Amino acid sequence: MTMQPRPPIAGSDHMRSTARMDHLMVAEMVERGAKVLDVGCGDGELLKILTETRNVDGRGIEISREGVNECVAKGLAVIQGDADTDLVDYPDDAFDYVILSQTLQATSQPRHVIEHMLRIGRCAIVSFPNFGHWKIRLELLMHGRMPRTDNLPDTWYETPNIHFCTIKDFRELSEVVGAKMDKAVALNAWGQPLRLNAPWWFWNLFGEQAVFLLRRRD
Amino acid sequence: MTHIESVGETPIENRTSEADQPRDSLVALFDAPLKLDAGVELSPLQIAYKTYGKLNAQRSNAVLICQALTGDQHAASRNPVTGKGGWWDTLIGPGKPIDTERYFVISSNVLGSCMGTSGPASTDPSTGKPYGLTFPVVTIRDMVRAQAMLLDHLGIETLFAVAGGSMGGMQVLEWAASYPHRVFAALPIACATRHSAQNIAFHEVGRQAVMADPEWRSGRYLIEGTNPRRGLAVARMGAHITYLSDAALHRKFGRKFQDRSNPTFSFDADFEVESYLRHQGIAFVERFDANSYLYLTRAMDYFDLAADHDGILANAFKSSKTRFCVVSFTSDWLFPTSESRATVHSLNASGARVSFAEIVTDKGHDAFLLEEPELFGIVRGFLEGAATARGLDRAS
Repeated sequence: MTMQPRPPIAGSDHMRSTARMDHLMVAEMVERGAKVLDVGCGDGELLKILTETRNVDGRGIEISREGVNECVAKGLAVIQGDADTDLVDYPDDAFDYVILSQTLQATSQPRHVIEHMLRIGRCAIVSFPNFGHWKIRLELLMHGRMPRTDNLPDTWYETPNIHFCTIKDFRELSEVVGAKMDKAVALNAWGQPLRLNAPWWFWNLFGEQAVFLLRRRD
Repeated sequence: MTHIESVGETPIENRTSEADQPRDSLVALFDAPLKLDAGVELSPLQIAYKTYGKLNAQRSNAVLICQALTGDQHAASRNPVTGKGGWWDTLIGPGKPIDTERYFVISSNVLGSCMGTSGPASTDPSTGKPYGLTFPVVTIRDMVRAQAMLLDHLGIETLFAVAGGSMGGMQVLEWAASYPHRVFAALPIACATRHSAQNIAFHEVGRQAVMADPEWRSGRYLIEGTNPRRGLAVARMGAHITYLSDAALHRKFGRKFQDRSNPTFSFDADFEVESYLRHQGIAFVERFDANSYLYLTRAMDYFDLAADHDGILANAFKSSKTRFCVVSFTSDWLFPTSESRATVHSLNASGARVSFAEIVTDKGHDAFLLEEPELFGIVRGFLEGAATARGLDRAS
């Protein structure tokens, strides 16, 4: 199992607004009128925002049937598929942006997924929960158990999220796959962006989520 | 009733009269020949059709409905032959997903059928007798060519959408491949880009049943005044099983007895499912021409979109600007989801804008004709999205 419906960020009201902030951050990184593929597009909320505010030509892949049917009924171009296995079928340079929003941690081969994203699209935008956040570190340190938070409430044996990483880890992966990092944003627990000039260790400690814009190094 | 001998007694002349002069239908006559894949020309060509709703001033809101194997032009109105409602009444009408208050819906009888468009039951003007097997073998592409002639006749350059299920879905895919610039949105449901060996095999059984009936008379039954009722009914019974699912049959009939509590130790229709199938066979013979059944099943067998494009399916949709929405049903084993998925893969590979939804149902292939709220939501949403992109006003 790879692409899940968006992780249960939509728990409380303030969490829902966090999710929206995350979407808005992604939307800000997309040029108007671009051709976009949203991998793991869930109920299509981000695609809808992108279509309405950035006038993109948007497509989506979603693993859950309910999500797909909901998207299609909204008039979005979405197909049922799996990030780990189905990105192979897309030709090179088919899109300007390939987005992986809150889905990376649920893929079984994150590196391959990112590599395919950069092959299919000129740019890749990845947002994910930061496992380096101080609350998560503290939970493990103090209780010696796999951390569970409001954003990530599942137990370790039931969670679809099998590949957590920290902001620092993700930077390393982008180096490994040879991507150029164009932009990065970290959001705090209230969905507000952290200071842009803050050092990476600060982001890694206080960022609850991160959004990265990667570009293929040609 | 021990076998289906007592199948209806509709006078055979009615068959020719419906084929030549269809009731409650519009008729277009073409003198220009239709060039067929078989390498021959068909002339004259007659097309029977129905329209619902109004064509807008820009002529941009036309939706073409493509019929399945045993369908007809009466998609959304009372069928004059059966007296029943249209076969897609669930989907087409005022306020329905294919909204006739918004779209101009055209539904034509398919080439080779028997409800008013030229086919083997039509009268051959050169002999004054029904064509029978002298009618040329037609393909899905020929059907679409004929429909394109109808659109030219109606002065419609571009279709807002073309929709259909099963054989209708094949026509939709052929439309998108043959006339990409004339199709804004395509909705192929429960279909495939080619007929599988299993599907061809089922069709062959049906055709053999028709041809094994002594009343078939090598296809000359309309001239000789006989009717291969039993053969056609058996063909329909076999085909009907493929349209349902094991689960649906079980839910509907199980092993229940028909009007009795014990088996009769005979070959009567002891089981409800037998009785149901016999009824399906009989009802079908009342309204359909046996030769048309041969021609249309053949057309489906020959369908292979990839083969028509150098063996590469993606070439069929190269640089297509058409928006696609492919729909399949979980319990459809005649056109399984895997076939739709293959269609979607090739559409993706050619960069087309495609949606794909699989609907959970136990109703089998026939689900596209039945009450499936999820299908309605998807069709409505897809068409509304396309209408916005096409700039169609709400009230056109």
